[in-house]
Amino acid sequence: MSLFIELVLLSLSTILVNNFVLVKFLGICPFLGVSKKVSTALGMSLAVTFVMTVASACTYLVQAFLLEPFGIEYMQTVAFILVIAVLVQFVEMVIQKFSPALYNALGIYLPLITTNCAVLGVALLNVQEGYDFIHSVVFGFSGGLSFMLGIVLFAGVRERLETADIPKALQGFPIALITAGLIAMAFLGFSGMKF
Amino acid sequence: MQILIPVIILGVLGLVFGALLGVAAKALKVEKDERIEEVLELLPGANCGGCGYAGCSALAEAIVKGEAEPTKCPGTKKENVDKIADILGIVVQEKEKMVAKVLCSGTCDKAAAKYEYEGITDCVAAQRFGGGEKSCSFGCTGYGSCVSVCRFDAIHIENGVAVVDDEKCVGCGMCAAICPKSVIDMIPAKQRVFVLCKSKDKGAVLKDICSAGCIGCKLCEKNCPNSAICVTDNLAAIDYSKCSNCGICVEKCPKKVISIR
Repeated sequence: MSLFIELVLLSLSTILVNNFVLVKFLGICPFLGVSKKVSTALGMSLAVTFVMTVASACTYLVQAFLLEPFGIEYMQTVAFILVIAVLVQFVEMVIQKFSPALYNALGIYLPLITTNCAVLGVALLNVQEGYDFIHSVVFGFSGGLSFMLGIVLFAGVRERLETADIPKALQGFPIALITAGLIAMAFLGFSGMKF
Repeated sequence: MQILIPVIILGVLGLVFGALLGVAAKALKVEKDERIEEVLELLPGANCGGCGYAGCSALAEAIVKGEAEPTKCPGTKKENVDKIADILGIVVQEKEKMVAKVLCSGTCDKAAAKYEYEGITDCVAAQRFGGGEKSCSFGCTGYGSCVSVCRFDAIHIENGVAVVDDEKCVGCGMCAAICPKSVIDMIPAKQRVFVLCKSKDKGAVLKDICSAGCIGCKLCEKNCPNSAICVTDNLAAIDYSKCSNCGICVEKCPKKVISIR
């Protein structure tokens, strides 16, 4: 199987079968927090996709050239958190300097990503699965896309719930949790498909 | 000794990253105009959006860049506008203060209802059900879309019709923009006489559905000494630039739909 087909299958299975939010339950905090409007959900997920892709690449390099040679893989979590935090800060500065328009669109979401567990999750999963550099980057990118798919779908439903006639006890957050559960169950249907 | 390796590596990693960030922060520093902050301080800070910008900070930026006049925000006090002009070193032209006025007197007891509305308490939603609850298709729906957009607590629903508090109204125009019936007009603050009706229905039709509507009898038009009132489409309209607020029309109006404050 050529590398290209392999990568396409990897990203498809990440987006649908092993969806980060709805199947692996990573990044639940922003999934519930910034999903009230489709536009903000889209902004957040674009920022997450960007950071996850870059973080996959950087953490792979740290793992391969720093942690493994010195035999301290057990410090993974600490090192990865450090890398991600620095990366987010740096990306924020660069965007603010060179693209104020993009900064205004993503600006408020970027600092939130530092503590997004989906980003740390993708870095750790890369190591666990033993992916090489190119696989890691593709996995990170499609992980971001899977986050986008989940949160945008959810935000679309929540926008409609705003005007729906909901029983008083379920209004607000309870119905959001029920909705999230139903969407996650729908995504379970994909795990019947094997790639 | 084993413990030293991770300590050193992570420590060095942290130091390197910290140094990188420090250098990056200096190299990538964004110059911000200090005057934007100063102008922002002088704006009302309600972020109402009445100026057409995304909020007070966006307007402050536009004012400093020269894209917007310091008078763009109607909610800014006179002395603050002068201070902004001082900061920027420009001269501003005075703008006439406008206030919102709800031109409808069809309160619940005066205007007949077509049906009983039980949907979302929002004028735009109510409007979709056959133009609202009231039989008059021009009058105030009374479900308070204007109340929810007003950031200055200056408009309230009283007996089925929105009423503007002239003291609190800054003239941002948000209520006039959201009103699905366009029953709210922006009127010069010094104007004291108003036709409190927007109905273009014929007098005979209107008599059956609202006891407080303009029937287009033209008594005001005939008696106005300044020819400031003109009846078109069965509705009296005042030309505010000609009106002297004499109040003769108020006395002559048989339906008491012209009012003076």
